[in-house]
Amino acid sequence: MAHSGPVVCAICGGSGPCDGKGRETLRAGVWVTNPVSVQVLGVCSALAVTNKLENALVMGAALMFVCVGTNLFVSLLRNVTPRRIRMIAEVAIIATFVIIFDQILRAYYLEMSKQLGPYVGLIITNCIIMGRAEAFALSNRPVVSMLDGLANGLGYALVLGIIGFVRELMGTGALFGHQILGADWYTPNQLMILAPGAFIALGFLIALHNAITGINKPEGKGN
Amino acid sequence: MGEVSPLVILVAAIFTNNILLANFLGMCSFLAVSKRIDTAAGLGAAVIFVTTFTTAINYGIYHHVLVPMELTFLSYIIFITVIAAFVQFVEMFVERFSPVLYHALGIFLPLITVNCAILGVSLFMIIRNYTFMQSIAFGFGGGVGWTLAIILIAGLRQKMRYSIVPVPFRGVAIAMVITGVMAMTFMGFAGMVTIQ
Repeated sequence: MAHSGPVVCAICGGSGPCDGKGRETLRAGVWVTNPVSVQVLGVCSALAVTNKLENALVMGAALMFVCVGTNLFVSLLRNVTPRRIRMIAEVAIIATFVIIFDQILRAYYLEMSKQLGPYVGLIITNCIIMGRAEAFALSNRPVVSMLDGLANGLGYALVLGIIGFVRELMGTGALFGHQILGADWYTPNQLMILAPGAFIALGFLIALHNAITGINKPEGKGN
Repeated sequence: MGEVSPLVILVAAIFTNNILLANFLGMCSFLAVSKRIDTAAGLGAAVIFVTTFTTAINYGIYHHVLVPMELTFLSYIIFITVIAAFVQFVEMFVERFSPVLYHALGIFLPLITVNCAILGVSLFMIIRNYTFMQSIAFGFGGGVGWTLAIILIAGLRQKMRYSIVPVPFRGVAIAMVITGVMAMTFMGFAGMVTIQ
């Protein structure tokens, strides 16, 4: 059942279980249509947990886990799910994976669970996961759907990592809690670890991505 | 949290702990709908209504069903189901009894199920251990605060159509930066009242 796309897949050569879409899928999730910096989905948690690099990476891992799991099961069940109730079925699958991750985090890493607060539970309403399930997993086979979940999770984790790095470094002069910038010459800019810093950091990151890829709308001015 | 007056929580939820500007909740629909003031106000009204009622329902279910049965790990899936069912119910009810209101709010209602502000308010209610009255005050205040923020920023974005924004910043990037500035102004309320 191999149908080769315009780009031959580097992972399976176009004949493997990823239907020849592996490379494209990965590239799309991480860079071309990055869920955060291009599609601007799931930004709530991207802003809320990036005051520390460590929190940002744990959140990235959580989203990757939930997205891969959800895409796998939505794809496996895609032929038996009635169209009218697919949304609630997707939400139930997502919530199950979020509960699993939350329970693991509570069992082995309670401090992190407390720091992330409600934002682990809020992965349920993270538009990235619902979006991938709707747009990709519903119409693709399981293996390539998992790959798509992984790629989007990676793209999300990458953006969170960058924002977390910038905010923790500028806001406290430290990374992972270790002082990097000397306290004798660097005055931490506390604004960066507070709410406004999150919005401004993400705004500049999106602008940077636009500048590199040349995406902009020539007709619109402000909006 | 037993001793804090619900009124204090209401003011705090609107100004000092604004759910959008301090807790980053409801960003997705915020970016999509904050281009015009009238649509922003319409979605805001729907959010206030739904948060207030779902907080009350979720409070009852959590404290009278899940806690006695030791099923609190199921709270996420129960909360999101309650929200989805409530939104569906409201949609059917409004469509049947008030076509005018349905045309004003109808298109926003499906958006609300996946608005993280709604689920976020219920989750904060559990984490902060609010009483029933405090929960309702927080739910209502959270909705009002979200609406206030989205209307203010919609106003700015409407004006900004006439400004020349650097090319890479056009669209969402500049909206983020404006929201950051707005969050800074709301930090000016800090110290007025504080809630945990």
